[in-house]
Amino acid sequence: MTSPAKTELVTVNIDGKEIAVPKGTNVIEAARLVGVDVPHYCYHPKLSVVGNCRMCLVEMGMPAVDPATKAPVIDPATGRQKINWIPRPQIGCATNASPGLHIRTQTPQIKDCREGVMEFLLINHPLDCPICDQAGECKLQEQSTGYGRGYSRFVEQKNVKPKRTQLGPRVTLDDERCILCSRCIRFSKEIAKDDVLGFIDRGSYSTLTCYPGRKLENNYSLNTVDICPVGALTSTDFRFKMRVWFLKQTNSLDTESSVGANTVVWSREGVIYRITPRRNDEVNDTWMADSGRLLYKAVRAESRLVAKDSLAALLARAETILRLSPGLAAVVGSGQSSVEEQFMTRQLARALKAPAYLVSRTDSGDGILVSADRNPNVRGALVTGLIDALPQSYLDELGTAIDRGEVRTVVSVGEDLMAAGLSAAQLAKVSVIYLGTQVCASSVAGAVVIPTLTVFEKSGTMVNQQFRLQRFAKAVAGPVGAFDDLDVLARLITAAGGSAEPSDLAGVWGRLAADVPALRGLSYAAVPETGVVLDSSPWAALPFVEGESLHHRPARAVANA
Amino acid sequence: MAVIPVERKPLTLAERTYIPQIVHGLKTTFRHLVAPNVTLEYPEQRPEIPGGYRGVPTLVRDPNGREKCVSCQLCEFVCPPKAIRITPGEIAADSAQAHVERAPQAFDIDMLRCIYCGLCQEVCPEEAIWLQTQYSMTGYTREEMVNHKDRLYELGGTLPDAHLKWDKKKAAEDAAAHGGHH
Repeated sequence: MTSPAKTELVTVNIDGKEIAVPKGTNVIEAARLVGVDVPHYCYHPKLSVVGNCRMCLVEMGMPAVDPATKAPVIDPATGRQKINWIPRPQIGCATNASPGLHIRTQTPQIKDCREGVMEFLLINHPLDCPICDQAGECKLQEQSTGYGRGYSRFVEQKNVKPKRTQLGPRVTLDDERCILCSRCIRFSKEIAKDDVLGFIDRGSYSTLTCYPGRKLENNYSLNTVDICPVGALTSTDFRFKMRVWFLKQTNSLDTESSVGANTVVWSREGVIYRITPRRNDEVNDTWMADSGRLLYKAVRAESRLVAKDSLAALLARAETILRLSPGLAAVVGSGQSSVEEQFMTRQLARALKAPAYLVSRTDSGDGILVSADRNPNVRGALVTGLIDALPQSYLDELGTAIDRGEVRTVVSVGEDLMAAGLSAAQLAKVSVIYLGTQVCASSVAGAVVIPTLTVFEKSGTMVNQQFRLQRFAKAVAGPVGAFDDLDVLARLITAAGGSAEPSDLAGVWGRLAADVPALRGLSYAAVPETGVVLDSSPWAALPFVEGESLHHRPARAVANA
Repeated sequence: MAVIPVERKPLTLAERTYIPQIVHGLKTTFRHLVAPNVTLEYPEQRPEIPGGYRGVPTLVRDPNGREKCVSCQLCEFVCPPKAIRITPGEIAADSAQAHVERAPQAFDIDMLRCIYCGLCQEVCPEEAIWLQTQYSMTGYTREEMVNHKDRLYELGGTLPDAHLKWDKKKAAEDAAAHGGHH
């Protein structure tokens, strides 16, 4: 285990409010803690400090001491230690908390400074908010309202710079809107490790651009759009799709890999428009991969499964199949299901007295926020007891059992059996009950196909590579003809002759808290927004495939270190 | 509750003959026979619409025929009865108006919902939506009462533009392309 960070607390005074913060804390962050807003553009908590926007100017002072004796100098007027204020303003982002530091943000000088900085920033800004996608979440809009002078004295012509530039496959750049904060440049260099952006030319000619012959096409390019404080960098996918003030935000998870990056799903009236990262300092900081932002396309994909029959009719057919060959069934669960669904899948397997399988999905990890294990919730299957060893990529064992005639019925919860290594001949020998969202070989071959919901249409939890249990919430309603997974599984369990199981989230959590040792005492509502780390010791010996990533060191790497 | 008996006054002789009342009524009738008309023969005759009248909301073009709406969706946001529905869209890069970048793909105003409050006109940063003098909206179905984009432009026509800001923007870009102001 890593030793806890040293936290030497120092007391600083911000606008007359005393607060103890760890030594070295940035003044912007310290001010945030006492509820004082220090406006800024270039500063970002997860990037290096450059201090080039000058918006965070504050007045700074230190308690006076006698140079010779180091004795505190007492101000006779107040009877307290005198504060030596620096006559010129300092930038807050590059000022670290030190003992006795005094900060003032509400003086006339600071007000003048902010107005001056805002005026310079707006001189060459096109003020085209009506056509700008950033409008509504634009720092320039917010801070010109909060700290600007309210009118322009600039009568000269504004600069003309390149517009509608494609920096890469997913990012569109409008250079006129750029305020040269360099956040995107620092992100590309420091986090994405793909140093393709930079400024060319000088003074008011300065222009953000890509290195000649290169493109901003790494899998983290859209984070530059998120951190751009103005509308210079915009997402090509989201461009002119919808105004952000119409969009409802729902906390969710990135299900592309076991990193489990925290996300926000932005939707309006049942339509998802975009996915952005949500800050979680233990998992993904403020970043996420571009690939995870496109997952919402599955909701309205051409290949989406919807049923024409009622759920009762589908279940009646499933029951007939399950009753036809008792004791000869197998259940294939999924590492993409939620913890609750995996628990219900386990209950289904027990009711059928059938073995349960899981299919692993692996690819190379990128060492940042996409891990080698492309199933978001394999650990959930371990925790709930659906499986007790790591899954294989192919269902060879199940294939052999089918060939031997030991399995006549396969219930697949969201896994394409053909893609998981079963041959068409093997599939032809069994009756498949397929629960899933997308058309695939299994759904075509399936005797009964029960359409279910995507991760955006239901609530639940997943366990990521750190054994961190995290929640995702329902963002939009499912289409007509797709049914809630938990409800379907509960009814399948009844059809299979098992005892009645709850079919809603709260009910399943009641069972989980009672039945699963790692989840004892927990409930869905009690899981914090940043997740809760479960006791992973029962699975410590398993050779998980993940390598090192942003906030995760695999157990074997820690052991070797 | 106390009961208060009201004494009814007996009618006078003149009242009992009804003649003064009939004469009074006829006087009013004959006065209106010769007085000038105060009503209009609607719909053949139409009233004169005063300035500042808030009629049916419409979309307008500028004097150069450019559609002024850039689909910023502020009117959709401010509309109290949620009568406005916009699908934003991008102007093709090879269009003459490419420098405006953004225009509505679809723009619907449901006149069954509209309350003629004029907030859309007030909020519009491009002066593209105007409540003009049209006041009569009829239709047989709900769908007929929804004004789509083409109908809105047909109703709106062209209004003078004091700023022509997008033309100035284009001129500055052209000047820069020819080595003018950077």
